[in-house]
Amino acid sequence: MRRLVTGGAVAGLFVLAALLSFLWTPYDVAALQIADRLQPPSPTHWFGTDHFGRDVFSMIMVGARVSIAVALLAVGIGIGIGVPLGLAAAARQGGWLDETIMRGNDLVFAFPALLIAIMITAVFGPSATNAIIAIGIFNVPVFARLTRGAALSLWTREFVMAARVAGKGSARISVEHILPNVTNLLIVQGTIQFSLGILAEAGLSYLGLGAQPPTPSWGRMLAESQTMIGFAPWLALFPGLAIVLTVLGLNLMGDGLRDLIDPRTRRSRA
Amino acid sequence: MTRFRLTLAAGAIVAAQPLAAAEITIGMQLEPPHLDPTAGAAAAIREVTYANVFEGLTRFAEDGTILPALAHGWEIAPDGLSWVFFLEEGVTFHDGTPFTAEDVAFSFARAMAPDSVNAQPQLFDGINSVNVIDDVTVEIGLDAPKASLLFNLAWGDAVIVSPASAETNRTRPVGTGPFRFSRWVQGDQVELVAFEDYWGEAPALERVVFQFISDPTAAYAAMMAGDVDAFPVFPAPENLAQFEADPRFEVIVGTTEGETILAMNHAREPFGDIRVRQAIAHAIDRQAIIDGAMFGYGTPIGSHFAPHHPAHVDLTHLSEHDPARARALLAEAGLENGFSARLALPPPSYARRGGEIIASQLRAVGIDVQVVTMEWAQWLEQVFTSHDYDLTIVAHTEPLDIGIYGRKDYYFNYNDPVMRALMDALDRTPDVEEQQALLVAAQERVAAKHVNAFLFQLAKTGVADARIEGLWENAPAPANDMTGVSWRE
Repeated sequence: MRRLVTGGAVAGLFVLAALLSFLWTPYDVAALQIADRLQPPSPTHWFGTDHFGRDVFSMIMVGARVSIAVALLAVGIGIGIGVPLGLAAAARQGGWLDETIMRGNDLVFAFPALLIAIMITAVFGPSATNAIIAIGIFNVPVFARLTRGAALSLWTREFVMAARVAGKGSARISVEHILPNVTNLLIVQGTIQFSLGILAEAGLSYLGLGAQPPTPSWGRMLAESQTMIGFAPWLALFPGLAIVLTVLGLNLMGDGLRDLIDPRTRRSRA
Repeated sequence: MTRFRLTLAAGAIVAAQPLAAAEITIGMQLEPPHLDPTAGAAAAIREVTYANVFEGLTRFAEDGTILPALAHGWEIAPDGLSWVFFLEEGVTFHDGTPFTAEDVAFSFARAMAPDSVNAQPQLFDGINSVNVIDDVTVEIGLDAPKASLLFNLAWGDAVIVSPASAETNRTRPVGTGPFRFSRWVQGDQVELVAFEDYWGEAPALERVVFQFISDPTAAYAAMMAGDVDAFPVFPAPENLAQFEADPRFEVIVGTTEGETILAMNHAREPFGDIRVRQAIAHAIDRQAIIDGAMFGYGTPIGSHFAPHHPAHVDLTHLSEHDPARARALLAEAGLENGFSARLALPPPSYARRGGEIIASQLRAVGIDVQVVTMEWAQWLEQVFTSHDYDLTIVAHTEPLDIGIYGRKDYYFNYNDPVMRALMDALDRTPDVEEQQALLVAAQERVAAKHVNAFLFQLAKTGVADARIEGLWENAPAPANDMTGVSWRE
């Protein structure tokens, strides 16, 4: 429970910063003030300024927006495509549909996730949208497999048999009886995938394959700070901390959620 | 304590090594695609081979003046249509083949052939014959007097190759220079060693290694660790202050021939309209770009011309930073609501960082610029070859290259008969004062027409071990001439 609160508070801080950035940032991140460049952290610029004189604190806020939006949408794609696939596979266990879906899953799984992302952005060009699609694609098999696994054990339960006896089709059973019983698992996995999505977005934009300038992103801020770390360490420190804290917060939250709602761990603790 | 002593001992060995062995390791950011300077435009080819492996009839000195090389002298016929070159005797190629006038005839014929892959065919324009008079005398016949002949023949693209090795120079370059090719570890380094039978003065160094390090952070670490002795064009200007503060290093800031421009595609609307181009020029604050992208290294330019050249005129006043003027010009052109354009950016930091600054400056006058980053291969294909772009930022590093504004099919799609006439006249006149006047006229024409937005002259920002002497301060052409380099006693 403590994990859930700590994690939620840390991650929530960045979500708040992201939401606030729509209304207000201390400075405009699109306006370059070359004369104010490379200022160390001070009361006027809390996190200092970068080589273009942009306020790093404001960039972290807007960068949070980009990271969270990309990761959230990517998890959405993963759930939106992966869960129906997993439900369908479980409903037709052992059939050709199940085989096709699961072997397709294995194929996507076999590729390192970041490699898929690089391939997609290399073909369609770097942009935040393509980063979302790329990260979303490697989320699909995660959710498909999780859903299928959980659904398979549910299909043998009495209430599902009762529904079958009552004449409900497998699609209807999947939606009405199976899905509500896997939701908890999906929420926990979603939180973990969300933190992985943040990391993947940072990795892609570090390589220049994520959101393009002038939109600030944590990964690109890190990449740009590399050669300046010797005389402007704050440029690497703050985006680095932002990534670490967000991922840590989300992971703690995921752990906490699992303890709270996963029936298996709940039983084992009792 | 033991560990401390070990560290000390290791440090002493590292420091002593290069001095003892007359070896040097030179860092370069880009690896050459191959090593034949007569068959490719990549500057990295010349940065390895120029004056080291290959030589031409003439050559550039560090300050850009032309010196004799394989030709120790020449005579011009009174009508200016024939030049006789007297060649050095006793010169051999690295494979042992003797160098004769036949090789000169072969090299020029090869470069001028219809199927030639030479990257600068215009260097040989106007040459109609190359006649071998005897082994050490060759005559070049011209259609019209050509004042730029000695300058053209000094380029890395006009070096002399042997028929025996011309086809394999890409991987095993064989020239007449003071260093011969030893080995190439792809993706890592090219090694040259001193050529025992060199015709001229033997170089002080026995072995030169060109180490390729693309990542600026790794380049910085390699310099600091002593893995690389010199980085003649250090890729990250932001680190120069740190090197300057360290007594082990010397920062060498010189001039290059690199005019950095915001090029515009005249074939695309609205860049065909001079008012739009002028508006863009006035929207740009050059000093902000030099400070923000290059950390202060660079000289503002107002035309496509190097400020250190004697014929240079300062035309920056034609395109001063004046956003209000820019808006007014856009309104005059019927674009009071602005327009949108894509800005293609190749990898160097002058382009990537400069592009972000320019995009922000253009947005301030209502031009919505979308930045598109590209690798070099994609840039060459899409922008330079296919002309598929709106705006791009690039440094033109060829010496005295204002002639590109007279080319019909160059990637700006700027077609100007006046520039062509100026360039033809320049090539015909042997009179230095007249040449200067024509060069001034050309600069003024290009600046007045706002063909592109002219940003700044790239500085040559090099870092070297403070004990090295003889490295070029300036870069009149892409080259790392190692002939005069040595370790200080």
